[in-house]
Amino acid sequence: MTDNSLNEIAAHQHAEPSAPKMTARNVNVFYGAKQAISNVSIDVDMDNVTAFIGPSGCGKSTFLRTLNRMNDTISGARVEGTIELDGENIYAPSMDVVQLRARVGMVFQKPNPFPKSIFENVAYGPRIHGLAANKADMDAIVEKSLRRAGLWDEVKDRLSDSGTALSGGQQQRLCIARAIAVDPEVILMDEPCSALDPIATAKIEELIHELRGRYAIVIVTHNMQQAARVSQRTAFFHLGNLIEYGVTSEIFTNPREVRTKDYITGRYG
Amino acid sequence: MNSDTALPARKPTDWNTDAMQQRIRRRYASERRFKLLGLTAVGVSAAFLAFLLISMLANGLRGFTQTDIKLPVDFRTAPILIDPATLKGPNVDQVLAGAGIQQVTQHAAVAAFGPDGGTMVSDGAWLVVREAIKNDPSILQQRVDISVPASTAIDLAAKGHASSGAEAAYAKLKAANVVSTSFNSGFLVESDATDPTLVGIWGALKGSLLTMLVTLALAFPIGVLSALYLEEYAPRNRWTDLIEVSINNLAAVPSIIFGLLGLAVFLNTFHLPRSAALVGGLTLALMTMPVIVIAGRNAIKSVPPSIRDAALGVGASPVQVVFHHVLPLALPGILTGTIIGMARALGETAPLLMIGMRAFIATPPDSLTAPATVLPVQIFLWSDEVSRGFIEKTSAAIIVLLVFLLTMNGLAIYLRNRFEQRW
Repeated sequence: MTDNSLNEIAAHQHAEPSAPKMTARNVNVFYGAKQAISNVSIDVDMDNVTAFIGPSGCGKSTFLRTLNRMNDTISGARVEGTIELDGENIYAPSMDVVQLRARVGMVFQKPNPFPKSIFENVAYGPRIHGLAANKADMDAIVEKSLRRAGLWDEVKDRLSDSGTALSGGQQQRLCIARAIAVDPEVILMDEPCSALDPIATAKIEELIHELRGRYAIVIVTHNMQQAARVSQRTAFFHLGNLIEYGVTSEIFTNPREVRTKDYITGRYG
Repeated sequence: MNSDTALPARKPTDWNTDAMQQRIRRRYASERRFKLLGLTAVGVSAAFLAFLLISMLANGLRGFTQTDIKLPVDFRTAPILIDPATLKGPNVDQVLAGAGIQQVTQHAAVAAFGPDGGTMVSDGAWLVVREAIKNDPSILQQRVDISVPASTAIDLAAKGHASSGAEAAYAKLKAANVVSTSFNSGFLVESDATDPTLVGIWGALKGSLLTMLVTLALAFPIGVLSALYLEEYAPRNRWTDLIEVSINNLAAVPSIIFGLLGLAVFLNTFHLPRSAALVGGLTLALMTMPVIVIAGRNAIKSVPPSIRDAALGVGASPVQVVFHHVLPLALPGILTGTIIGMARALGETAPLLMIGMRAFIATPPDSLTAPATVLPVQIFLWSDEVSRGFIEKTSAAIIVLLVFLLTMNGLAIYLRNRFEQRW
């Protein structure tokens, strides 16, 4: 996709674009010799939830993980192109990965709370980054994070219980609370509802609505209805290519590409 | 679809034919056979274990008791060469050493029990007399009864294993009503000796303790750090493959080879002292480390990657991921490996023979470099002795070794359960 077409998309945007929070330009990702992502350029801004959709294996999760360099942990993974956070190249040697991941938080496909207490799960991030000066501070951060994740009322009386004893949906909200406890600027969600039942999914989606605007949110989903419900902008990936990127309502009602249309109408995927 | 290729109508399966019934019966029979085989196997091993423990306890518990003889000593007439005044001085031991207490004890035994009375009391009986004098010098002006250990022959006769000569002597003593049985506290506080009535296990126990401490202090941290590095940091290449293969091979090397290695490296190259707990511990650490590395790597591998992702995702550094999350979750598995390695090291004899720990050591080691022996070597040495009194001492030493092993494992299992977390 060229810069030209990006400008074209900008004309369709839903919310008036602030300066983009993250910009990716001509990103290629390789696993060994295999190319997983080809030449993807995309902007993510603060005011809109961005959804990545596409069939399985299309590279949407891979691309998401390049945004906070989680791909670094996979041996043989190589990233080309530039990805900037507030105009700063996150793959530059001067970029500290640990700090980057504190600024760009992540929620994973399977709820993965630490096998520690609920309090410790949320307090872990602030503690290792030294964000709380004392116990009272930490209590406040934990409460605020759990409230924002909509979990506080359910767990306030059992903060010392194990995080793994919660239900699946509660665990995922705990993971969201853990991510927002370090006060990130961007939250990446990798199919956060794929392991949850419809009621828990509805809660997470509601939560995404509430968090919008405070954080730049990018969500990967293979559920098109979910993308339509929670996002304002949608990017359609296929076989490692970004096929189409634009305002969600436009993508779903009036896709410009045949492949997008085929996918959202259920022709393949 | 044309009718030629259509499947013929399916005939319903008859589940009640004889062939079917027979198949079911055969299946049940093979289930029963397998169950029976399993039960037999468990039963046989339980029987072996019971036989081992019962014979050990039957022999060994006798080793913890001793037979005492009440020996009347009349110090007024005895040819003892002590000036009571010197007993208050600083060099009491020196005075007592030259006082001829050994002869006095022998004379007293002969006087009390006849011409062969000297052979009825233990060779170490005079040591008890000496202690009595030391505790209360006033007995030098009196005739007193001192309870001294009986000789091996009398001791065995009292426990029902008499040789022909000792039977009569024991009957005589019994008639005089001077024999009694007491707990052999000396066995737990003394070290090796030539007379089985005087031997103790403390020296070997302390030697084992020191050796194990050295082994644990070296093998555990080195093993765990190696496992962590290999699993979490090391790149996958030919060098790490080579290291992995070497470690796996090291775990399978016969233990005597490690003894030779210890002999060549620690004794000949570094000139560390022979027979020392330090060298024993170093040698056993070499042997234990690969076991801990292998168990540790498996435990670390079994920590779910999602936990690593979660920690990295909130901005933990690789070291924080390892020490806050991976290590605590892998610790139970690592401890299991450590238990296995340490239990093997505790029971190991062969490599320690090579570095000189089979010496006769009559005093407990007071430092890591002092000459020492360990429990399995002590058992091996005693089982080689001629005197029959050593049989029960050998069994008693085995009981001490097993209790030590159980204590060590119990502690490790307690720690493991404390650290056990579910995810």
